[in-house]
Amino acid sequence: MAMSTLQQPDIEPKNVPHIVDEGDYDEVPLYKKRDKVYPKRVSGRFRNLKWFALIALLGIYWVVPWLRWDRGPSAPDQAVLIDMDLGRAYFFFIEIWPQEVYYITGILIMAAVGLFLATSLFGRIWCGYACPQTVWTDLFMLVERYIQGDRNARVRLDKSKWTLEKIWKISATHLAWIVISMATGGAFVLYFHDAPTVMVDIFTANATFGTYVTIAFLTGSTYLLAGWAREQVCTYMCPWPRFQSAMLDDESMIVTYESWRGETRGPIKRKNLMRGEVPETGHCIDCHACVNVCPTGIDIRDGLQMECIGCGLCIDACNEMMDKVGFPRDLVRFDSVQNSQLRAQGKATRVRIIRPRTIIYAVLLVLVASVMMFGLANRSVLELNVLRDRNPLFVALSDGDVRNGYTLKVLNKEQSEKTYVLSLEGIDATDFQIIGLTPNQDGTYDLDVAPDRVGSFRVFVAADPQTLDGKSTPFEFTVTDKETGNTETYDTVFAGPENDR
Amino acid sequence: MSTKVEKDQVSGTDTTGHEWDGIKELNTPLPSWWVYVFWITVIWSVGYWVVYPSWPTANDYLKGMFGTTNRTELHETMASVAAERAPYMERLAALDVSEIANDSELLNFSMAGGKAVFADNCAPCHGTGGSGNPGFPSLQDDAWLWGGTLDAINQTLHVGVRWDANEDTRFNDMPAFGRDELLERDQIDDVVQYVLSFTDRATDAAAADRGAVVFEENCASCHGDDAKGIQDLGAPNLTDAIWLYGGSKETITETVMNSRRGVMPAWEGRLDEETIKMLTVYVHSLGGGQ
Repeated sequence: MAMSTLQQPDIEPKNVPHIVDEGDYDEVPLYKKRDKVYPKRVSGRFRNLKWFALIALLGIYWVVPWLRWDRGPSAPDQAVLIDMDLGRAYFFFIEIWPQEVYYITGILIMAAVGLFLATSLFGRIWCGYACPQTVWTDLFMLVERYIQGDRNARVRLDKSKWTLEKIWKISATHLAWIVISMATGGAFVLYFHDAPTVMVDIFTANATFGTYVTIAFLTGSTYLLAGWAREQVCTYMCPWPRFQSAMLDDESMIVTYESWRGETRGPIKRKNLMRGEVPETGHCIDCHACVNVCPTGIDIRDGLQMECIGCGLCIDACNEMMDKVGFPRDLVRFDSVQNSQLRAQGKATRVRIIRPRTIIYAVLLVLVASVMMFGLANRSVLELNVLRDRNPLFVALSDGDVRNGYTLKVLNKEQSEKTYVLSLEGIDATDFQIIGLTPNQDGTYDLDVAPDRVGSFRVFVAADPQTLDGKSTPFEFTVTDKETGNTETYDTVFAGPENDR
Repeated sequence: MSTKVEKDQVSGTDTTGHEWDGIKELNTPLPSWWVYVFWITVIWSVGYWVVYPSWPTANDYLKGMFGTTNRTELHETMASVAAERAPYMERLAALDVSEIANDSELLNFSMAGGKAVFADNCAPCHGTGGSGNPGFPSLQDDAWLWGGTLDAINQTLHVGVRWDANEDTRFNDMPAFGRDELLERDQIDDVVQYVLSFTDRATDAAAADRGAVVFEENCASCHGDDAKGIQDLGAPNLTDAIWLYGGSKETITETVMNSRRGVMPAWEGRLDEETIKMLTVYVHSLGGGQ
């Protein structure tokens, strides 16, 4: 490497810093390698809850695309469907058009506020029980445990040399993960097409490129996130742990370690207990059962931490041990910080659900839900949009009248073909015509619109400038459903020359 | 270069020996995955040179393995668009314009296609929405010099107006009454007053009366005895509110003195038959079609 002779780097021995003491900065590494977490099998109340959530949520995910719902001839008979081609979202009896996307906004707001409310009441139960990352990781761990054995066996297997047994156990695990991942990615695309059709298409290589790309992407991300990344997703990738503490207060129910009771921790000798001696140490026997079962690899005895997903498995593990040694249960418990302190002082505990923040969240939730329900209940099955020509604003006709052009969009959101009667209100039109249609006897027009479609019509209206208000005369278009009498109006204006009247 | 390597005190990493204002550069190795990705992109780029057109040569350039160029890609794209349109175009070719206008599917297809063709070819004179310019008729109003039926519009599009290269072109010629000294100046003033009187704008009733005689002798043969125009001759109606070159006394005088001679190209041979049909349907739908 050519080095400038003018500016020799100043690295004379006298300027070299003192001999580095290796020990100094070993304490504060700049990068920490991941300590692989080997969660131990556990059973108990919270584990059962978690199994229930796992089965219910995965069941919903894989079953919902197969639920049928009569959608008439215009859409696949699928209960939950996001039809990208036609731009419709179906959810059982609800149908959403692209311009009604504010319903999605409402659902997102409700989801957020619901999450805040649940967190302020019960801590991170979303993270521990319902988050897809948790659910799929739990499923992957189940597979892993089934093939490779429990914690100790897995630690041993990872440390052992590559034997035939290790090879088949590891490859069987990954194969099973990939199969689950493919089923995950495969089920996702079913929400966007007719499930039975697209299922056949996928296996006969007839599905679209986008379908295969989506499946491949979700297969890859599921395998990577649930198989490899696991708790690192919660710790490093997810924003929610960073600010969820803002939803908590002293009375939120969280996973707590009763340090007043547990400390000082230390092993306990059974024979001393049998003799009825009161141990000098606290109730925590320092068995690490709570640490060994933790899916994020933390020690709950260090207090509430960002990594804690509030799943409560440590409670199950600790209770199992407390039962064995004969101490009261719930050394680690699902309770509020306040109650933990009250108990330490020997005072009565209380659970208060109704608190200022829960009231605010609940009221917000009810409010948004009401607005949504009102919107849905009053959702119109007929909509009319009018686009007025602006080039030119108006056309002068040979008899001195002026004419305006409009494009009418009639949205028929029903499952049957509809005929609407179009009329004008509030203007003294000398001529009213629609390209390609002939008028009725009374000068109105019949507009036919196919089921679940938008009808587009070119409309011309002419008027005598003397009867107009001037540059801009307001009037309205009215469409009326011939069968039901359902009516929609659209206020627009008729542009004309400025007159001296 | 010095062979002594200084170690950074805090991180324990070797330094490169570079120092700026007391800040020393650490010799931190790149992550291996980063280096691998770099080498893969290098190999990839070599493959790219081989597969795609790349280096210029003296008179030419390396064509690549599959002869891929943007030009062929464009041709392929255009061909696939044409293939998609083909069934419509076949139907357009088989039907005449009034049949097309009655078929709602073809009507929509033609209106969309015609709009694009109009913007490319017609808008410079007739305006983007067909609203016209002085001397270039509005296609949105109900006044048609050569007829506003689908067939008449189709014919005008084919042959053009005063387009010498087409022998069937729409043609008429108003004499330049002043410039060619066919009428005296005061006769012209009289006839202009008469024309203004059709829409109650004459300022000199006596002159208008004299102009009536001049009109009958010189103008009525084309514009009709009632001055309502004769479409077969392309002679405009002088009694309505629409004036191609303007309806003021000055512009009418100018027209009578020197005549006007607007020209529209014949589109036959420039645009294919199906495109002219689409354009016909579109222009007819602009609002003024008869």
